[in-house]
Amino acid sequence: MAEIAWREALNQALAEEMERDANVFLMGEEVARYDGAYKVSQGLLAKFGSARVVDTPISELGFAGLGVGAAMVGLRPVIEMMTWNFAVLAMDQIVHNAAKVRQMSGGQLRCPIVFRGPNGAGGRLAAQHSQSLEANYAHFPGLKVVAPSTPADAKGLLKASIRDDNPVVFLEAELLYGVKGDVPQGELVLPLGPASLKREGSDCTLITWSRMYYHAEEAARQLEAEGIHVDLLDLRTLKPLDEAAILASVRKTNRAVIVEEGWSFCGVGAQLVDLIQSQAFDALDAPVQRVTGLDVNRSYAAVLEHAAEVNPARIVAAVKHVLYREEG
Amino acid sequence: MATEIQLPALSPTMKEGKLLKWLKKEGDRVSTGDAIAEVETDKSNLEVEAYDDGVLLKILVPEGEVAQVGAPIAYLGQKGEMVEVPPPAPKQAVAPSPLPVAKPAATAVLPAAVPRAVPPPPPPALRAGAPAQVVQLHREEVAPEGGRLRASPLAKRMAQQAGVDLGAVQGSGPQGRIVKRDVEAAMGEPAPARRSLPAARAEPEVLALSSMRKVIAQRMAEVKPGVPHFYLSVDVDMEAVLALREEAKAAEVKVSVNDFIVKAAALALHKVPKVNVSLQADRVLQFHTADVGIAVAIEDGLITPVIRDADLKSLGAIGAEARELAERARRKALKPEEYTGGSVTVSNLGMYGVDAFIAVINPPQACILAVGAVADRVVARDGHPAVRKTMSVTFSGDHRVVDGALGALYLQEVKALLEHPVRLLL
Repeated sequence: MAEIAWREALNQALAEEMERDANVFLMGEEVARYDGAYKVSQGLLAKFGSARVVDTPISELGFAGLGVGAAMVGLRPVIEMMTWNFAVLAMDQIVHNAAKVRQMSGGQLRCPIVFRGPNGAGGRLAAQHSQSLEANYAHFPGLKVVAPSTPADAKGLLKASIRDDNPVVFLEAELLYGVKGDVPQGELVLPLGPASLKREGSDCTLITWSRMYYHAEEAARQLEAEGIHVDLLDLRTLKPLDEAAILASVRKTNRAVIVEEGWSFCGVGAQLVDLIQSQAFDALDAPVQRVTGLDVNRSYAAVLEHAAEVNPARIVAAVKHVLYREEG
Repeated sequence: MATEIQLPALSPTMKEGKLLKWLKKEGDRVSTGDAIAEVETDKSNLEVEAYDDGVLLKILVPEGEVAQVGAPIAYLGQKGEMVEVPPPAPKQAVAPSPLPVAKPAATAVLPAAVPRAVPPPPPPALRAGAPAQVVQLHREEVAPEGGRLRASPLAKRMAQQAGVDLGAVQGSGPQGRIVKRDVEAAMGEPAPARRSLPAARAEPEVLALSSMRKVIAQRMAEVKPGVPHFYLSVDVDMEAVLALREEAKAAEVKVSVNDFIVKAAALALHKVPKVNVSLQADRVLQFHTADVGIAVAIEDGLITPVIRDADLKSLGAIGAEARELAERARRKALKPEEYTGGSVTVSNLGMYGVDAFIAVINPPQACILAVGAVADRVVARDGHPAVRKTMSVTFSGDHRVVDGALGALYLQEVKALLEHPVRLLL
């Protein structure tokens, strides 16, 4: 076990998979000579050369399409988006080609490609650079969507994503790159799908993914001090979704709170609420609550940004709400 | 925006209420929680509280009139706000006629060329959604009774499985929603958190009916539909109780004969716990508490306030509580939780000179004691006639869950306790 930061865990995953399979290559803006905008690809150019670590022009649609084409003919590209906000420009390739080509070709073509990069707020990056876009990608059939929280999960799931024969949208979090955690030494490949029960308790189910896991964990700690114990379910993968784990936990605790960095309307949490109400209706003792970013564009002003984002206090309040234990 | 204040259900069985008195006048400022009116329900006179801050704009139901639960009784809003009162509410303020009658006279005199500026008022049923109207329905905030029962899906499932009647469960969630912990409390399972009863009272146990019991219950209900009663009578020698009462009086402790009976009825439940039950659908609630109801005659009916844990209370405490409850019962000032529940009821008509009678069980209890007067009677004693203070007690049992032999054991114990009242003091 070694304690390493997220960016290093991703770097290990990339290096290991590139060593393992000569078809794997990394492409994106500033991934090669600059070692990556967030230093995820540190040292990879030196190690693997410019044929496998490729700097691109600022043209997301272009290099996403290049990657899709390469995947269709047998390579395993990893396409780094400098942020997922920029990948909005590449939606056409991701959604119309990567996600559909296998089905539309009747299985004759495959698209084993990973699109990865930071998602969510970065701290005062303002409206255009702070979005959590997972709900957009989770919407489309044909895409897998991965959003881990810990360095170990990030490493194990990125390796599995690279090995997967389907297009994977791999969502990192800008604010997590420096976050450290224990990562087992040696080969670590985690299957895409299973959620991770990070805490066990019988009072309420807290469901979250990606960076919000840390807020949920802090909220769970505060709740524990008041004698409230939660199941903290870190989904890790949004598609495929670990429905069984969600339902088992809700059937145990009879209550659920979903924590999502992005906006409420049509968010991933809305889908989870639908799952719970349709499959575990008789287990519910309270309406499911959601804690999400407020329904406004992010402000550059720090005070306004903080006012709109999820924090542990809001999670604590939501858990108490479903437990009918409001203060006052 | 003015909101309706609707008549809430103030007791579990309340369907309508008579507006005894408005405690606030039109134009008065009210705050959330203020008592705004006093209402006579089927059981007691209770106060209606405001659910919002504002000004009492308009009173719809005058004092002395009856309104249905859920019917608007007043409007609350901001000072100076105008209220559009729906067309004169028909009697008892329910179900307004679907279309108010337009005023034909008024339209008739309008010259044909003048367009009608004022459309006829929309049917009252549309009030909630029509923006032109100032009335907003406020159903969320009234007590659930009289409308649909609010319970979480889990609570409903648990109640169904355990045979708990949700109608008898007090909800602790928002707007009285019955949630898991409420059903657990009703089922007698420990609710892990938030039980704020002062002293821990043993919760009833939920027992399944044995198949024999089920057959008995079925047969009995076929023969005697409803609660199939059976009756057992016994004469109790009350000399010792009266002597003890004299001593208590000398010590300036006020105790009535009935207080002795209440205590005996409670203590006897310990000896014969199988009568301390309640049939709930296909389950039996086995109580571990001894709560004794006392039937109190009031002006136009009767009510049975319950003395909780009568087994644990002294005769003096029972006496004081019984007097206080009876006094408030006569004023119709009892709270619903004070006259619900209980293991057994004592109905005493002794003060009316009744020698013996049989009483009707007060469901969901499974038994009742009908107590006659303490009177001089000639009885055989040691082979000789003797005049003794004697009292007749008749036990009625719910034959679906209690059998004759059990009832006899219980009655025997009541008799023994009263004939040796020192046991009531131990």
